This record gives sequence, C-alpha cells and structure tokens, in this order.
Amino acid sequence: MPPVRDQARSSPPPYSRAVPDLLAARWLFGLSLVFHIVFAAVGVAMPLLMVLAEWRWRRTGSAVHLDLARRWAKGAAILFAVGAVSGTVISFELGLLWPRFMAFAGPIIGMPFSLEGFAFFAEAIFLGVYLYGWGRVGPRLHLASGLVVAASGALSAFFVTLANAWMNVPAGFELRDGAAADVRPLVAMFPPGWAHEVIHVLLSSYLATGFAVAGIHALRLLRRPASALDRAALRLALLVGGAAALLQPISGDFSAREVARTQPVKLAALEGQFRTERGAPLRIGGLPDPDAGATRFALEIPRGLSLLAFHDPDAEVRGLAEFPREVWPPVRRVHLAFQVMVGLGTLLAALSAAGLLLALRRRPWPRAYLRAVAIAGPAGFVALEAGWLVTEWGRQPFTVRDVLTTAQSVTPVARLGVPLVLFVAVYVLLGIVTALLLYRQIAATPDAAGADRAGGPA
Amino acid sequence: MTPADLLGGVILASLVLYALLGGADFGGGIWDLLASGPRRREQRELVEHAIGPIWEANHVWLILVVVVLFTGFPAAFAAISIALFVPLVLLLLGIVLRGAAFTFRTYDVREDRVQARWGLVFSGSSVLAPVVLGVVVGALSSGRLRVAADGAEPFAWVAPFPLSVGLFAAALFAYLAATYLAVEAQGLLREDFRHRAVASGVAVFLCAALSGALSWREAPLVFEGLTRRPWSVPFHVATGAAAVAALGLLATRRVRAARAAAAVQVALVVLGWGASQYPYVLVPDLTLASASGPRATQVALLWALGGGALLLFPSLYVLFRVFKGERPFSVVDRGT
Repeated sequence: MPPVRDQARSSPPPYSRAVPDLLAARWLFGLSLVFHIVFAAVGVAMPLLMVLAEWRWRRTGSAVHLDLARRWAKGAAILFAVGAVSGTVISFELGLLWPRFMAFAGPIIGMPFSLEGFAFFAEAIFLGVYLYGWGRVGPRLHLASGLVVAASGALSAFFVTLANAWMNVPAGFELRDGAAADVRPLVAMFPPGWAHEVIHVLLSSYLATGFAVAGIHALRLLRRPASALDRAALRLALLVGGAAALLQPISGDFSAREVARTQPVKLAALEGQFRTERGAPLRIGGLPDPDAGATRFALEIPRGLSLLAFHDPDAEVRGLAEFPREVWPPVRRVHLAFQVMVGLGTLLAALSAAGLLLALRRRPWPRAYLRAVAIAGPAGFVALEAGWLVTEWGRQPFTVRDVLTTAQSVTPVARLGVPLVLFVAVYVLLGIVTALLLYRQIAATPDAAGADRAGGPA
Repeated sequence: MTPADLLGGVILASLVLYALLGGADFGGGIWDLLASGPRRREQRELVEHAIGPIWEANHVWLILVVVVLFTGFPAAFAAISIALFVPLVLLLLGIVLRGAAFTFRTYDVREDRVQARWGLVFSGSSVLAPVVLGVVVGALSSGRLRVAADGAEPFAWVAPFPLSVGLFAAALFAYLAATYLAVEAQGLLREDFRHRAVASGVAVFLCAALSGALSWREAPLVFEGLTRRPWSVPFHVATGAAAVAALGLLATRRVRAARAAAAVQVALVVLGWGASQYPYVLVPDLTLASASGPRATQVALLWALGGGALLLFPSLYVLFRVFKGERPFSVVDRGT
C-alpha cells in the first residue's frame, strides 16, 4: 500500500472541529482504555491463577489451595464484571467518538472483533458456570470451565490486539479516493507485525497480574509470616508473573526489531533518535527536545540501538529528521513512557530471576525479598499502561498509520466535554469501590474465612 | 438473499435473544426496584439468585449486535453513533452502573447500608437502560434521524414515538422477567411474581397500543408494517394469540407454559418491528444495501458467525441446563 502521508497532510479534516472537542474525544477514549486495560489484563491472567489453585487442591487435597481458588475466583468475578461493562463502553465509544474511523476501518478490522465476541461469550458463560457452579457441577466440568475461561480470556486479548496491530501497520486493502477498496479481511486480520504485538500484550497481562497478586500476598506474609495460604499464593503468582517477566525481554527484543522494520517513525520517537545514523547509541533515560532535534541527559550506550533494533552494531537507524514534522508523534511523551516500560520491565525480570534462584535453593522467602515483591506489586501494571501509551502516542497523529488522522476520525458531535466529565466520574467511582471491595473481601479477611461464603449463592 | 440480508437477519435474531435474555435481566432489576409487600426481601433475593450466573453471558448479545453492525454495515454504525450520541451515552451509563452495582452488591458484606445504596443504583439503572434502548429503536424507525456529513441534530430523538417505545421496552422486559421469576419461585413468592406478570402484561398491552397509535403519525413505515403488509394480519394474530395464551396460563397458574408463551410473544414483537423496518437500518436514509461494507467482509463474517455459533449454542445449553434446568446438571461429589 502506498503511503498517503501527503494526502493526509493536505486535505483538511472533513469536519471543522473545535480543538477542545478533539482533545476531549482523545481524553475520553484514552481514559476509557487506561481503565479497561487493567481489567482486561486481569481477565486474561486471573482465571489461570484460580485454575492452578483449584487444580492443586484437586490433586493434593490441600485445603489451603481450595481456599485460595475460591478467594481468587471471587476477585476474578468482581474484576471481570467491571471489565465486561467497561469493555462494552469501548465498543460503543469506537462509534460515538470515532465514527469516521469506524466507517472506514469497520469492515477491515471487523473480523477479529467478531471472533472476539465469541471468545467473550465463552468467557462469560463459563465464568458463570465456574463461579456459581461450586457444588452444582462435577469436578471435571468445574475445572474445565475454569480452563475455558482462562483460554478464552487469552483469545480475547489475542483478537483485540490484532485490530490494534492493523492500526499500526494497515494491510489487506487498497486506498482509492480516500475509501478502502478491494478489502481482504483475512489479510487485514494478520498484518505485518501482528505476532510481536500479540505476544507482548499476552505476556504483559500475565506479568502485571501475577506481580499485583504476588504483591498483595507478600504484604500479608510480612504481617503474618506463618500463613500457609499466602505462601501458596505467592508461589503460584510468582510462577505465572515471574515466567512472563523472564520471557518479556525476549519478546521486547522481537518487538523492537519488528517496529524498526515496520514503523521507523515510532522507533525513532521511542528511542529519541533525531538524526539518521549508523551505529546509533541506545539512550537510557534522557529528555528529547524536538525543537533542538536532540535528546539530552541520556545515558548513551554506543551502538546499542543499532545492535538491539537490527542485531548489527553498524546498522543504520532512521531518525525523525527524515520524516516531515507533521507526522512526528509527541516525541517527549513517547520516549519517557518507553523508558518507564523498559525500566520497570527490567526490574521485574531481575526480581523474577532472584525469585527463581531462591526457589531452586528451597529456602523460605527472606523478608527483604517479600518487601521487594510487595513494593513491585503495582509495577507490572504501570509498565503495561506505559507500554500501551507508547504504542498509541507513538502512532499519532494517525488513527490508522499513514492513512487516516485522528482529527479526521473524530465525531462531529459537539460538547464532548460533558460525556468526558460523566465517564471520568464513573471510572473514579468504580475504581475506588473495586479497590475497597477487593481489600475488604479478599485481602483483609483471615485465612479460611472466605471458604464458606465465597463463590456466590450456590 | 444477499449476504447483507443474512447479516441483517443475524442482527435481528441477536436482538430477539438479547430481549429474551438480557432484557429479562434488566426486568429483574425493575422488580428489584418495585419490590414491595411482606416478601420484599425474598423478592430481591430471588432476582439476585436468578440473574447472578447468567447476566454477563446474556449481555454479550448486545456486543454481538454492535460488532456485526460495524463490520457489515459501517455506514449505519457511524450514522447511528452520531445521530443517537446522547441516548447511546445514557445507555452506556445504564449498562455500566447496572453491571457494576449488581456485582458490588453481590460481593459486599450483607446487611450493609452501602449495599442497600448499590441495590438502588442497580435497580435504577435497570430501568434507565431498557427505556433508552427502546428510545434508540423507536428513533431508528421514526424517520426523524437524518444523515449529514457535518453532524446531526443532537436531540432529534426526543419525540413522543421514540419515548413511547422506551416505555414499551421497559414494560416488555419487566413482563418477561416476572413470568421467568414466577417459574423460579415457590409458594407465596411465586404468587407475587404471577400477579406482577399479569399486571405488567396489561401494561405491555397499553404501551403497545400507545406506540401503535403514535406510529400512525410519527413512524409511517412501522404503521404500514402493523397494518398494510400482506403478513401484517397473520403476524398480529400470532402475537395476540401468544399474549392471550400467556395471560390465560398465568391466570390458571401454569407458569412454565406461560413463560414459553410470553417469550414467543416478545420474540414476535421484536421480529415484527424488524420486518416492518426492512430493508431500512436507519429510516429513511440507510438501507441494508446502502449501508453495506465490502461483500468480501460480509461473506467472511457470515462464515465466522456460523463457526462461532457451533461453539456458542452448546455452551449456552450447558449454562442454562446447570442454572435453569429442572434438575441441576449433576450433584456435588466431594468436599465442597
């Protein structure tokens, strides 16, 4: 597909939009996703944790694992419900805020969304069977239901990420007179670079959820070192989160090379690379200054970027200067968000490696390690949100890279500030209540107390 | 039958299922709000017990409608999203608050003042969502929404006909819920919901009459469908027969059969609306054909829907067999 950058730049947006409305639309959609993405990631990983705990109980008869499975299932139930309704908001907001984008892209990226619908069905159906089925269905059906929830949660994330991958690297259609022609939905479903994004997103879900859960149980262990429940919980959560954290750098390396190949502007922005050069250095930290065309205060590792992005220390990395200023993403924000993601990811990988060594030596967790895990609890989610901001900000000013700008996508409806305020109020309320509820129902209850009334009215 | 017609059929079928399943869940919330009498508490507990395991799955039918609409008929999705921005935002608020409040109430500590407040949010939004949903459907048929490149009149949907359809939808959902709950309840509680089913059945009739009368002036296409198409009379007879049967069965305490008759009645109401509106998606500017995206996508989507259905329906069977069957799927075997 030929780049249509010039067209995007010269043709005025179809609506003359007041800037505040475009900004309000971006804030509303961005905040909706920042909110939903937490619950989506939990929806991928939490069912796996609860199934692992139940499986341990069924294998060994350990009551601690049964208590744990029910406690985690309760957490999954609360978080899944909020995720289901906040996801509904997103599916409607695609049209409410970006009708031009959907009119253009709906038929091209509709396939993964439709398949995601069925994955969502499977998730909701079997979560119902799992949560309310303790004592109503046989053990095998119960465990299998949990497995279906875990698998379809991952499948949902897989399909939705495919749609995002297409926005980053559109494929499977021709552009004729500003409209899509010759649409090949199955080609569009797997655009170049789909694999790296899907793998990265799935791992990040297990990583963020695993460490958040581990952090909660590490905190409880610091207070009550004898708790068998929390020791079992920490082991399982660190198993899932730690495995993902150790794999994520490999996936990150794969992603960097794919982004370098398919989205050179994004790579330049996230690395703060302004000049095109051979043997480009890797910049750790630093503050890009787009006007001066340089990234200051960074720790530079010579040839590091060329090595990482192309596996060749002398490879040429294209800088932002090669592209018109109009198509630059907000360089400073993208670079900083990227530093946060990589930095936290590295710390979590180190923490996981240390945990692996401790586990191999079969010694109880030292308090210092528990403290580190407790502090690192939220880090996975911060990294996940930062990574999402990198990919979204990194694609600006486009909704569909090089094809459709964000300004062209937005709705002509006026006064978008009103729904923005409404939804922000709702999200703040739901966020606070969910946190309080999880604390009161799961984190603050003593061992085994949850076992008799968890799982809803069965 | 073009792929567009088939997809339109899928959307209509999903809406029927959403009304029969998700609609009844909202109706349960309405009865939570209207709980009264000496068994007020038991009524609320039955509602919670009945919808707990299934409401999330039932809700997905609406997602399916949205997804099929934007994949198959992108122009319609964009135009509807612009013209009905305000009611759709209200619908979303209703959906979010209903689901979240229901979950918070279920999992919070019992007998708590905070919990009672969540109950009110749950039941209040269970009224809001069906009314707005009905308004959206009524507005689509009314011919008041015009598609223009530079936006739309934001309050064009505020008119008697769409609002009457909103009331009609809420009455229908409450009626469905009461007939379902009458089956699931025992003893005096069953009598409570049987009486509520009869009363809301009468309300459905009155709302239908009101909407029908208003459609004469405000939604000519629907009115024509109600009166002048070749299938109008048989359709009316069937819907009316189902309605009378449901009320008669309720009066004679045969609640299981009444539930089936009420479901047939509601399905026929939704199908009748769809048939009157055909081939329009958004009257009068967009038809299934003119709103269609590329044919290649529609064909691929139909295959995907067919494949998905093969997995979906057996799964739904398990869900409803376990929680709504006459006997539980199987009994507990150990430990729990």
